[in-house]
Amino acid sequence: MSASNLQITGLCKRYGDFIALAPIELDVAQGEFLTLLGPSGSGKTTLLSLIAGLAQPDDGQVRINGVDVTYGAPYERDIGMVFQNYALFPHMTVAENVSFPLQMRKTDAKATRDKVMQALEMVHLPHLAGRYPRELSGGQQQRIALARCMVYRPSIILMDEPLGALDKKLRDQMQLEIKRIHRDLGTTIVYVTHDQEEAMTMSDRICLMNAGSIAQLGTPADLYFRPKSVFVADFLGESNLLDAVVTGRTGDQVQISVQGGANVHAMAYDSVIRDGKPVKLMLRPQNLQIHDGPPDGSINGGTLSAKLTDIMVTGSMTKLYLQSHISNAPPLVAAFPTNRLGRQYEIGQTLGLSWLTADAVAIAG
Amino acid sequence: MSAPIIVLLLVMLVYPVGQLLLLSVHNNSGFTLVEYKRLFASSVYVDVLLITLKVSLWTTFFSVLTGYPIAYLISSLTRERKNRLLFWVLLSFWTSFLVRTFAWVVLLGRNGVINQVLLGLGIIDRPLSLLYNFSAVIVGMVHALMPLAVLTMLSVMENIDRRLPSAAATLGARPGTVFWKVYFPLSLPGVAAGALMVFVTAIGFFITPTLLGGRHQTMITQLIIDQVMQALNWGFAGAISVLLLAVVLLVFLIYDRMVGLSTMAGGSSAARGPKQGGRWSRKLGDVILTTLGNATDAVIGLFPKRRKRAANGESLTLRVVVILLLVFLSAPAFLMIPLSFDSASGLAWPPRGFSLQWYRQIADSPLWMQAITRSMLVGIGTGFLSMLIGTPAAFLLVRGGMKGKAAMLAFILAPIVVPRMIIAVGVFYFFAKIGLIGSSFGLVLGHTVVAVPYVVITMMAVLRNYDTRLDLAAHSMGARPWATLRRVTFPILSAGLMSSFLFAFATSFDELTIALFSSGGLSTTLPKQFWDEITMQISPVIAAVSTCLFAFIAVLIGVADRLRRRSLAS
Repeated sequence: MSASNLQITGLCKRYGDFIALAPIELDVAQGEFLTLLGPSGSGKTTLLSLIAGLAQPDDGQVRINGVDVTYGAPYERDIGMVFQNYALFPHMTVAENVSFPLQMRKTDAKATRDKVMQALEMVHLPHLAGRYPRELSGGQQQRIALARCMVYRPSIILMDEPLGALDKKLRDQMQLEIKRIHRDLGTTIVYVTHDQEEAMTMSDRICLMNAGSIAQLGTPADLYFRPKSVFVADFLGESNLLDAVVTGRTGDQVQISVQGGANVHAMAYDSVIRDGKPVKLMLRPQNLQIHDGPPDGSINGGTLSAKLTDIMVTGSMTKLYLQSHISNAPPLVAAFPTNRLGRQYEIGQTLGLSWLTADAVAIAG
Repeated sequence: MSAPIIVLLLVMLVYPVGQLLLLSVHNNSGFTLVEYKRLFASSVYVDVLLITLKVSLWTTFFSVLTGYPIAYLISSLTRERKNRLLFWVLLSFWTSFLVRTFAWVVLLGRNGVINQVLLGLGIIDRPLSLLYNFSAVIVGMVHALMPLAVLTMLSVMENIDRRLPSAAATLGARPGTVFWKVYFPLSLPGVAAGALMVFVTAIGFFITPTLLGGRHQTMITQLIIDQVMQALNWGFAGAISVLLLAVVLLVFLIYDRMVGLSTMAGGSSAARGPKQGGRWSRKLGDVILTTLGNATDAVIGLFPKRRKRAANGESLTLRVVVILLLVFLSAPAFLMIPLSFDSASGLAWPPRGFSLQWYRQIADSPLWMQAITRSMLVGIGTGFLSMLIGTPAAFLLVRGGMKGKAAMLAFILAPIVVPRMIIAVGVFYFFAKIGLIGSSFGLVLGHTVVAVPYVVITMMAVLRNYDTRLDLAAHSMGARPWATLRRVTFPILSAGLMSSFLFAFATSFDELTIALFSSGGLSTTLPKQFWDEITMQISPVIAAVSTCLFAFIAVLIGVADRLRRRSLAS
C-alpha cells in the first residue's frame, strides 16, 4: 500500500461533559479498507462525521491527501458517504440521484449519462434508472447508494453501518459486493459497523473503539489472536477468560499460575506483562480439546476438568457449557464442529479440557 | 360505534346547511333563481368576492412566506429547544383571533404604539392613519393565520429525513444548492398544505376585516352577517353561502388535482414524493431550482468565511429572522398587559400610572361575569360531548376493518372544510325553528359539530401509536373486554384523551361565529360579549379581558404540554 490518504492527529470531540471522542491518532493508507468497530456510543460514528465534515472537532486535525480539511465543509472534501438508511433523495429518480454529485461537479451532460450508466452497471441495476427510491427494495436502495457514491470516484468513501437494515442473507451478499467494488476501484474505504463478524470478513485493518478511544488497531488476525485487552478479547469472538498471575517470562512466553492451582505456559504479546502481574488467560472455545475423563499429561499446554452444564447446537458449531470445580470461576465454553458425537455427552458428566500453549494468550488485566 | 357522530353531523351540519342552500333557490312561490340574479345583477357583490379573494391570496402568500423559516428552524432543532420555540407559535395559535385583532387596533390607532414611537423618534410630526385600510387587514390576517401555516408546514418538515441535506453536502452540494434542490422540493407538500389551510380559513374570515378594514375591505362573510342580522334575507344569505362554498370546494378540487388530498391526512408525503408532472414542467422546475441554488451560493460566497462553520440549521441570519417573526407574532398580545393596568382610559401609549380599575369593572359587570361562566360551561359541555361522540368514531376508524373508511373520514372532517359562517347561519335557522336560540344546550351542540373533527383527528393519532398487543396481553391473562379497557387501554390513552378534551374545550371557548347568532340576549358567551363590546367602543376593559384570556391560554398550553410529556415518559 502506498502513502497515507487520510491522516488524523489529536482529533477530539465533546458534547457538554460527554467525551464522544478522546484525542486519537489514525492513518489510513491509499486503497485500504479500514473498519471502525465498536459498541454503540464508542465514538465510531462521531469519528466518521468528523472525517466527513458533518460535525466539527474541538481540537485536532484531519488531512485528506495531505490537505488540512479539519474545518472545511463536506462539499470541499474529496469524500463520498454511504448513510445508514441510504439517504437517497426521495424526489429524484435513481438516475437523478446518481447524477446529482456529477452535476455538483459541473460534469457535462454526455459524460454524466455515461458515468451514471457505468455506475448502475457496476451494481447490476441499470434497468432501474427511471424508478423512484420508494419503488426499490432495501437491497436495491443499498446498491443505488453505493453507485451514487462511486460514480464520482472520491478518494475516500465513508460508510456508516450501510448494511445495518438488511437481513442476514442479503447482508452477506452485499459484503462480497462491496469487497469486489473496493478491489476493482482501489478506493480507500472507512467503514463503520458494530458487527464484529462483518468487520472480520471485510477489513484490511480494524480500528476497535471503546468509550471514545481506540482500544486496538490492527489486522483482523492481530485483534483476534493477539488482543491487547480483555475488552478486545471479549468483543471479537467468544473467549474464556481465567484469572491468573505471571510467575516468569521468557521472550513471548510466560509462565502463569491460574486461579485454582494449575501452572501453565501461555503466549504474551504485551511487554507490560511480567513477573507478579495479574493477568487473564484467554482460551478461545474452539481451541479447547474435550476428553472423556481427565486428560493425560502428555499435552504441550494446559489442562482443566469441569462439569458439563449445558449443550447447545448452533448450526455448524456445537457449544458445551462447563463449570470448573474451582470456586468463583466463570463458566467455560468449548466449541467444536457439529457432528453426531455431540449427542454422546450427558449433562452433569465431568469432562477434561486441554489446550496448546500456542493457543493460550495472557492479557494484561 | 360511529352512529352518534353520523347522527350529529346529519342533524347539525347536513340538514341546516342543506336548508340554507335550499332557501337560496326556494321561496314562497316555489323554485326561483331571483337571489342569484340579484347576486350578479350589480358589480357590488362580485367586487366583494374579488376583494375577498385578493385579501385571502395575499394573506396566504405572506403567511407561508413568513411561516416557512419558522417551521424550518423549529423542525431542525433538538427537542428541548424545539419545544421552547414551538411554545410561542402555539401561544399565538391558541390566543383568540379577537384578542390578537384587538391588539392591532390598539397598535395601529392614532395614539397607538406605532404612531407614538414614530412621533417620539421625530420620524413623523403628525400621526399616520394606519387603520381601516388594505394593509392593516393584511397585517392582521397574516398575524392571525401565520401560526396555522407554521404548524401545517411543520408536520411535513418534521418528516423530512435530516440526513438528506448532509448526504447532499457530502456529494458536493453547497448550502444554497442543498436547500433549493433537496430540502425545498421535499417541503413543497407542506407549503401546499399550509397554503390551502390558510386560504380556506382566510376566505371565511370576518373578525379582522371588520375591525381593521374600511368600507373597501368588506369580505364575503360580512355580507352574510348583514343579510342575516339586518336585512333578515335568508334566501340571499343562502345564495352568498353557495357562492362561498363553491369557491372553497373549487380550491380543494384544484389542490387535490395538483398535490393530492391524501398528503394532508397521512403526513407521509415526503416519502411518497411529488406527483409526477410533465417532462417539461419538471425540467423547468429543475432549471429554476438550480439557478436559485447557484444564486444563493454566490450570495453566501460574498460573505467572509468563518473558520468554524456553524452546524446545520444554526445559521445566525436564520435565527435572527425567526426571532423577529416570533416577536411580531407575540408582541401585540403582550402589549395588552401594560395597557390593561393603565389608569387613563384612552388606550394610548405609553400607559400612564397603575390601576386595577378595568379588572374591577369586569368583576363588577354581570354581563362579563355571566359570559365567562357561560363560556366555561359550554366549553366543558362541548369537551365532554365531543369526546363521547368522537372517541368511538376514532376507535372505529383506526381499528375497524370496514369499507368506506376514507369516505367516512372525509364526512367527519366536513365541519372543518365547510366555512364556519355557513354552518353558523344554517344552525341559527334550524335553532330558530325549534326554539334553541339562546340556550346553552344549543350552543354545546353547535360547538360540538366544529370541535368533534379535531377530537377524532387527535384520537386517531393517539390510537395509531397505541400498541394493540397490550390489549391482547391483557386478554391472555384473563381480562375481559371492559376490564381491559378500564385497566389497560384508558390509563395509557389518558394523556391523549385529556389533550383532545382540551382541544375541544379551547375550540368552543374561542368560538365566535356560531355564538354570534345562536347565543341571544343576556346570555352571551365570552367571545360574543367581547365582539359586542369591541364593535361598540374600544375601552381598556377589553385589554384587561384580553390579558385574562391570554394568561388562561398560556396555562392551558402548559397543562397540555405537561400531559404530553407524561405520556411520552410512560
